[in-house]
Amino acid sequence: MARSTGEDAQALFHSLRSAYAATPKNLKIIDLYVAFAVFTALIQVAYMAMVGSFPFNSFLSGILSCTGTAVLAVCLRIQVNKENKEFKDLPPERAYADFVLCNLVLHLVIMNFLG
Amino acid sequence: MVEKPNQVNAGSKSGSPTMQATSKPTDLLSQHFSIRSLKLKTKQQELLIRVTILCLVYVLAFITRLFSVLRYESMIHEFDPYFNYRTTLFLTQKGFYEFWNWFDSESWYPLGRIIGGTLYPGLMVTAALIYWTMNVLRFAVHIREVCVLTAPFFASNTTLVAYFFGKEIWDTGAGLVAAALIAICPGYISRSVAGSYDNEGVAIFALLFTFYLFVKAVNTGSLAWSLASAFGYFYMVSAWGGYVFIINLIPLYVLVLLITGRYSMRLYVAYNCMYVLGMLLAMQIRFVGFQHVQSGEHMAAMGVFFLLQVFYFLDWVKHQLNDTRLFQAFLRITVSTAVVVGAIAIGVGTASGYISPWTGRFYSLLDPTYAKDHIPIIASVSEHQPTAWSSFMFDFHILLLLFPAGLYFCFKRLSDATIFIVMYGLTSMYFAGVMVRLILVATPAVCLISAIAVSATIKNLTQVLRAKPKVAQTGSSRGGSSGKASSKGSLDQSQPISKNGAIALLFGAFYLLSRYAIHCTWVTSEAYSSPSIVLAARGAHGNRVIFDDYREAYFWLRQNTPPDAKVMSWWDYGYQITAMGNRTVIVDNNTWNNTHIATVGRAMSSYEDEAYEIMRSLDVDYVLVVFGGVTGYSSDDINKFLWMVRIGGGIFPVIKEPDYLVNGEYRVDKGAAPKMLNCLMYKLSYYRFGELTTEYGKPPGYDRARGVEIGNKDIKLEYLEEAFTTSNWIVRIYKVKPPKNRW
Repeated sequence: MARSTGEDAQALFHSLRSAYAATPKNLKIIDLYVAFAVFTALIQVAYMAMVGSFPFNSFLSGILSCTGTAVLAVCLRIQVNKENKEFKDLPPERAYADFVLCNLVLHLVIMNFLG
Repeated sequence: MVEKPNQVNAGSKSGSPTMQATSKPTDLLSQHFSIRSLKLKTKQQELLIRVTILCLVYVLAFITRLFSVLRYESMIHEFDPYFNYRTTLFLTQKGFYEFWNWFDSESWYPLGRIIGGTLYPGLMVTAALIYWTMNVLRFAVHIREVCVLTAPFFASNTTLVAYFFGKEIWDTGAGLVAAALIAICPGYISRSVAGSYDNEGVAIFALLFTFYLFVKAVNTGSLAWSLASAFGYFYMVSAWGGYVFIINLIPLYVLVLLITGRYSMRLYVAYNCMYVLGMLLAMQIRFVGFQHVQSGEHMAAMGVFFLLQVFYFLDWVKHQLNDTRLFQAFLRITVSTAVVVGAIAIGVGTASGYISPWTGRFYSLLDPTYAKDHIPIIASVSEHQPTAWSSFMFDFHILLLLFPAGLYFCFKRLSDATIFIVMYGLTSMYFAGVMVRLILVATPAVCLISAIAVSATIKNLTQVLRAKPKVAQTGSSRGGSSGKASSKGSLDQSQPISKNGAIALLFGAFYLLSRYAIHCTWVTSEAYSSPSIVLAARGAHGNRVIFDDYREAYFWLRQNTPPDAKVMSWWDYGYQITAMGNRTVIVDNNTWNNTHIATVGRAMSSYEDEAYEIMRSLDVDYVLVVFGGVTGYSSDDINKFLWMVRIGGGIFPVIKEPDYLVNGEYRVDKGAAPKMLNCLMYKLSYYRFGELTTEYGKPPGYDRARGVEIGNKDIKLEYLEEAFTTSNWIVRIYKVKPPKNRW
């Protein structure tokens, strides 16, 4: 049983990897950005677990900055992905402008909240 | 005098959606039969009519709320608005920074209150901004006028939002009807007449605006709309504690869409952007602070946020993998991991006390009997009582009947937007049934759903009416061209009945809508336009008698007592005493410290000597009671007295409710309980009342509010002395004597 699960996981991993290779380059860049943001968030959580969350607003702004960035980037990825039929009418320029606007608001608020 | 033009307006307005709805089929017909140039003209006409109607509705929503100003004067109403007025005044005089850091030593003596950190500043900031704008434009208005007219102004804006919301979920016709219905709906007017300067007046606008922007974001999948709805949410959070409804309804809606298989990328974009930015913005309000990540009421939103991430990830993996078997295996692993992690997070969070449990108010919403058993201070407020059927009818009138019809139409044409309005309607109707004041939250939903019913019905009927001449002319040519034509053909068979029936039904609808307009105007003028600080009654000859005792008493306090005098009264009058009397109070309507209120309740329900000890310890100089025995004013302190006993007894077990009752009955006449006849509240209310003849043919000391002769006519005060009694005895003020010399 355990071996078959391991094999399954391996097969899954391989097929995922081969399928992902076909993704357009701009989406891959966004994916990298998302992965980086999530990674930064994880580091902060680990730091919080070790040191504590004392200036709670600072911790929250740090973690929300990363989460917000990641989520907004995923939204951008959804909107510029050509395979998504729902967003056919939305030009990529508009999607990018919205993304920048949201990020601007996000980080202005975070600067205010950082304390 | 004012009523007339109002009604005429209301009538023409509720009729006009009919006009609008009829112009649409014309538009449809002209596509087939008329010259191309005519089509444009019809469209322009339609636009003109629509804009005119909207403008009329905008004005109507404003002027129908001005009854109170015309009847009485431009004044602030009731209790809470006086606090808001006082803080707004402070804000405009001292500036935002001082306001934000304001420590108020005039209330909750000796504790004080940090005002900047314990209020929702949205209303005050809005009013101050309007005031400053007016001043920049060289309109020298007083801040009081701005405060009085803020609520009607925002009600007008709400009609515009209702129009756009209706347009988004159904069509322009429904939008227009919704705007017209909400402009005069009594459920909303009750909280937004001129002078009721309270958070709700602004908050309903913010609530509807947030919902509209969110639905728009879900429909378009655009980040910009989602950002806008986050800002709407921020405004709502800054204005009213009812924002908790939004932060729970939207996740619930997302969850329902997920379960019904209507998940879409648009939903993902709309919800996530709105949640993250909205949460972050909301944290900037100090009174809300970290609640979004710490309190149990907000956890649903966070849970749905993580759920959406997992769902999106799974969807993405499924899209990448073509192998279903592999995906099944993957799904099993991911879902079980996610469930375990989520359960552990919630368990640890709750157990460690990091996530605070639900508050009493929240429990009392889910379980209507909770407050009655556990929190007397919530149960004692009349607007927190469960709603009676009659008040539903009073506040909604025909909307109550149209609401299920509208639900039917919504279910017939299900889309993301209609699902939202259905959920908003059903949940808010439930809450409206739990608490009277939450009728307000349900009103926009009820208006929108009823508007769909009205608009769809009238549209169908007018289509039937218009079908006949056209079919007679070109019946054969259009015979089998489309499904629509065949459906019209089936209508043709029952044409004579159907057409007459349609006319009858149209008249019926018109009659109902005009009744609604008349009812709304009547309710507004009779029930909801009273400031409750100035009382009006009919005299013996049918003339109006005005009792202005409250302001008389507060003015006396302001002029005749030392500036640092402390006034003890029941908490209802705290805000008014600080705002109008400018004196320090022991407790006020903020009710943040239950023990302090219980202490006052204990003093009021003790014997005079025991009460004197308590009053000395609280530094009380004056005691203020409200008494309606002379005028027959029934919401006075004697009628509220049992709540003082209950709240006091909740903290201090020496106060026992049965001591004040006789066989479970509350009475003030000769048969009353001995403790009742000698407690401080009784003595202060009825002091020297036994000498007064209030009504012809009744013995002296006849209490008109309760219709009995009082039981203790010979009241002697030992530790207090009467300082002032207003002309109709409604407010009585007593001075606490200094302690006696010891030798």
